[in-house]
Parts: sequence; structure tokens; C-alpha cells
Amino acid sequence: MSDAPPVETRGLVKRYGEIVAVDHVDLSVERGDVFGYLGPNGAGKTTSLRILLGLIRPTAGWARLFGRDPLIDGAKALEGVAGFVEAPRFYPYLSGRRNLRLLADYDEPVSRIRIEEVLELVELRERAKDKVGGYSHGMRQRLGIAAALLRQPRLLLLDEPTTGLDPAGMRDMRELVRRLAGEGITILLSSHLLYEVEDLCNRVAIIRRGGIVYQGALRDLLATAASRYRLRALEPERARTVLLAQRGVADVRLADSELHFSADEEAVACVTVALGQARVAFTALIPETASLEELFLGMTDGESSDHDRPAAVAV
Amino acid sequence: MTAVARVYRWEIAKLLAQKRTYLGLGTAIAVPIIFVVVLVLHSGGPNDVPLGRYIRDTGLAVPFVVLFFMSIWGLPLITALVAGDIVASETHNGTLKTILTRSRERGQVFAGKTLATATYTLVLVFAMGLVGLVAGSIAWGFHPLTSLSGTKVSAGHGLVLLLASLAVYALPLAGIAAFGVLLSTVTRNSAASVVGALMWALLMQLLGVLPGTESIRPYLLGTQFEAWHGFLRTPADFAPVTRALWLSALYIGIPLIGAYLVFLRRDVAGE
Repeated sequence: MSDAPPVETRGLVKRYGEIVAVDHVDLSVERGDVFGYLGPNGAGKTTSLRILLGLIRPTAGWARLFGRDPLIDGAKALEGVAGFVEAPRFYPYLSGRRNLRLLADYDEPVSRIRIEEVLELVELRERAKDKVGGYSHGMRQRLGIAAALLRQPRLLLLDEPTTGLDPAGMRDMRELVRRLAGEGITILLSSHLLYEVEDLCNRVAIIRRGGIVYQGALRDLLATAASRYRLRALEPERARTVLLAQRGVADVRLADSELHFSADEEAVACVTVALGQARVAFTALIPETASLEELFLGMTDGESSDHDRPAAVAV
Repeated sequence: MTAVARVYRWEIAKLLAQKRTYLGLGTAIAVPIIFVVVLVLHSGGPNDVPLGRYIRDTGLAVPFVVLFFMSIWGLPLITALVAGDIVASETHNGTLKTILTRSRERGQVFAGKTLATATYTLVLVFAMGLVGLVAGSIAWGFHPLTSLSGTKVSAGHGLVLLLASLAVYALPLAGIAAFGVLLSTVTRNSAASVVGALMWALLMQLLGVLPGTESIRPYLLGTQFEAWHGFLRTPADFAPVTRALWLSALYIGIPLIGAYLVFLRRDVAGE
């Protein structure tokens, strides 16, 4: 196999009449990445993934998977690639197992044992004989992962895999993604959930109205953020003196008996030590906004995003 | 097994798992049975259609008479029921994206679907013909058949003529199926495709009966449903059969090529 990157797009454009769904998108996903493709609903994430999977033709630009363009190489471009866009869909009148057998026959033949293995992995073996028409959304989502894994992919494209799942389902799905990444599968995961991306991904691209506004390591993105914190201390005035003396702490002000300041992560860690050494007791140190969320909202003009990240970290 | 054969096998499996397939097949089988039962219970009969006069002479006449009645809209409808659905239902269910993100080329998927539609069409015609033959033979026996020229044809030879007639009859029906596949691919809407394919069949019938259409009549799709008459003449007249062969090839080929090109290039988006 060539050393071509798992995903590479250049100048990708998809236009539907007047609407530009994807606007000059350049994506680069490296081997071993868990790559977060982050953006508000309708930003163009799914359209980009459809182009990658060869389901729709770009208006301009190109997309390659391990160096192969689905437009030129057809189904061969999907060798070693699996995934789904929007919710995975199956034949409702066939059982889960028969759906997988069908899809396996649309690939190179695999053993029946392999089908049982992937069913086991997504914990669907008990229900595999039932028709998919009776499956819950979460079960279909898991069957989607099973269908993708049948292909023994080196690259997995997942479109909002946790959308519509209950909290336990979301946790299980993330656990599965983490486990697959641990096995060395490169993963491109689209999401509108900031904490999900923060939790799973090492690199991100943020898309807004069809265009990429940031692409790079998540760590670098977070490092650029000067985050704001709130401190609740028993003696606010003394705490204020400690903060003012601390390197890397800025904009210190006292309001409603709470101290507000901005600092990077390292400086905040030092603040806690300094407060302890000065014997200033405090009850809470709270990041005022999730830093990624703040960045995200800044980049996307606050277009619809989820605010369901736990806001406070109790100390 | 080749890639197309594997797709074909699953297309057949999908058809066998869907109610509409049985609705179509059940109708094709029920019509000749009902036909025979009614004629057993009541006197009189379809004297003004080909072989209608001889229907109580031999079970061999029954399928020919049923073919005539079913060509107007019955068989076109139950053929369109499946042909119009074959691509559209996958678009509607969102399963098209599921199968198009595996290792099969779009052309292979299309070929599998087309072959499955053709199989269904053939099975419809032969199931209807053979059930009619059996039901008729139970009612009136398996006796020699009177041909359209008035000569007697032995029962064995009559059976061969029936099988040949069914095969030729399936050709224009496949033309309707091909049109259904085209609509199914282009409109992505099952109901529109089923109705559209039926309208196409009815339009072809209508053109055939309007005054002033005599010159184009031999080339209309509906006319080809009568091509089997040639087999039942003495001597056999192969001209209508030959014409049905090449005309049906056009009526099948042109929509299929169109559908194939659309299927290869179309965007698979939305549900």
C-alpha cells in the first residue's frame, strides 16, 4: 500500500444551485488520527463525507482516500475504508444478521464467523435474528458500526455516530470508537458536540458554512485560548493579592465576592499551589467557559451548537 | 460466483422478502384460476378473442385467452409494481448509500437489479401461463388445440407453442419493466414510477386503437403482445415474432441505457 494519507481533499466544492454546501475544503487526515470534523448542523460535514465515500460528485476540487479518488477509481477507492453518512440504513424486512450477510456479499467474501464476531463486538448477537425494522435507533447505529467493521477498515468515516443515542449509548459508542482507534484504525468523525471531539480526537477541523475555519491539533487550538476562570475564596481580598502576584494571571477583578481572572492552564495550576502556600482557603475554581466551546462559538459566530458540556469543575 | 451474480442473488432475496412481490405473483396466478372457475360455473365465454371459442375444448386454450386479457393493463401493472420500485425503494429507505459504499461498482449493482427485474417479469408470465394450463386442463382436459387458422394441433405440439408464446409475450412486458426501471432511477419515487410505467403501457395501447395510427401500429409496444399469434397459424408466421424481437430490444435497451447512465452518475444524497 502506498504512503498516501488516509484522507486528503483539495479545493473541494459542492454547489446545489445557489447554495454552496462545501466551499473549498482542504482536509488532511494522517494515519492514526482520530480526526474530529466539527461544525454546527448544516455546516457541510455530511456533504463532505458523502463526497469522500463517492456518493456524490464534487462540483470542483478532489478527494482522495489513501491516494485514490472515488470519482476516478469508483468502488476501488473505498478499499480499506468503511463508514456511514447520516444514520446507517438497512433493509427493515431482513434480520440484522441477514443484512450483514448481504453487505458482506457486496464486498469480498468473508466467513460467517467474522459476521458473528462483529455482531458480538457491538453487542447485537442476541438480537441478530430479529428484523431490523424493529431495532431501536441505537441498535441500528451499532449495526452500522458492525457493517463497517466487516470490511476490516484502515479508515473509518463516522457521521455523528452518537447523535440520537441515550447517555449510556453515547458512552458505549465513544468507548467503541476509542477502542477501534486503539487498534490502529484511523478515524474521521464528524460531530456537532464539542465535548465529544475534545474527548476523542487528537486533531480537528472546524467547518462553518461550508468552509474550514481551523484545522490542526486539538492541543494547539486549546493552547491559543486565554481562558477565563472564577475563584470563590473565603477571604476574597487576600486571594486577590495572591492572584495579582502570580505570573501568567491577568485581568483580575472582584465582583459579587467572586474573583474573575484569565490565565492559561499552567498558570491556573500554579494559582492553586500559591493559594495553598498563602493559606487562603477557596471553595471553587471554575473555568468560566469551556475553552473549545468559546473558540468554536467565536469561529462559527455562535451558530447552533450544543451547550450541554458540564460547565463547572468543582475543586 | 462473480460479483454481479452475488448482487443478483441478493436482489432476488430482497424481492422474496417483500410483500409487493407476492402481491404481483399472487395476482398473476389467481387470474387464470378465477377465470377457469367462472367459466366452469357459468355458460357463455369470450367468443370474440383469439381462441376464446375453444376455451372449453382444452386446457391449452386457457393461458392464451388469459394472456390476451392481461396484456391490457393487468400484467403491465404487476410488472411495474416491482420494476418501478427496484431502485426507488432503496433511495427511499436510504439503503442505496449502504450498498454503494461497499466494494461493488455502481454498474454491477445496476446489472443485478436489472436481472432481478427481468427474472420477476419472466416468472410472472410463465407462472400465469402454466397455472392457466393446469387449471384449464383440470376443468376441460389436456386435448389437441384448434389453431388460429382452424387446424388441429396435437396437445404436445400445443404445449411447445404455448411455451414459445409465453417467451415472446414476455418481451414487450420486459419493455414496460425497463421503462419502470428508468423512472425508478430518475424519479427516485416508487409510486410515481409504478404509475408512470403503467401510463406508458396504456399510452401504447391507446395509440394502437386511435384512428389514423395504422401506419405506426405495428411498431407500438402494445402490438407486440399479439406477436405470439404468428406461432398459432398454419403455416407459422414468423414476421410478427421477428418484429417483436427487435422492437422489444429497442423498448428494453433504450430505457435501460438511460437508467444505467443516470445510475452511474447520480448523487446519492438525502433520503
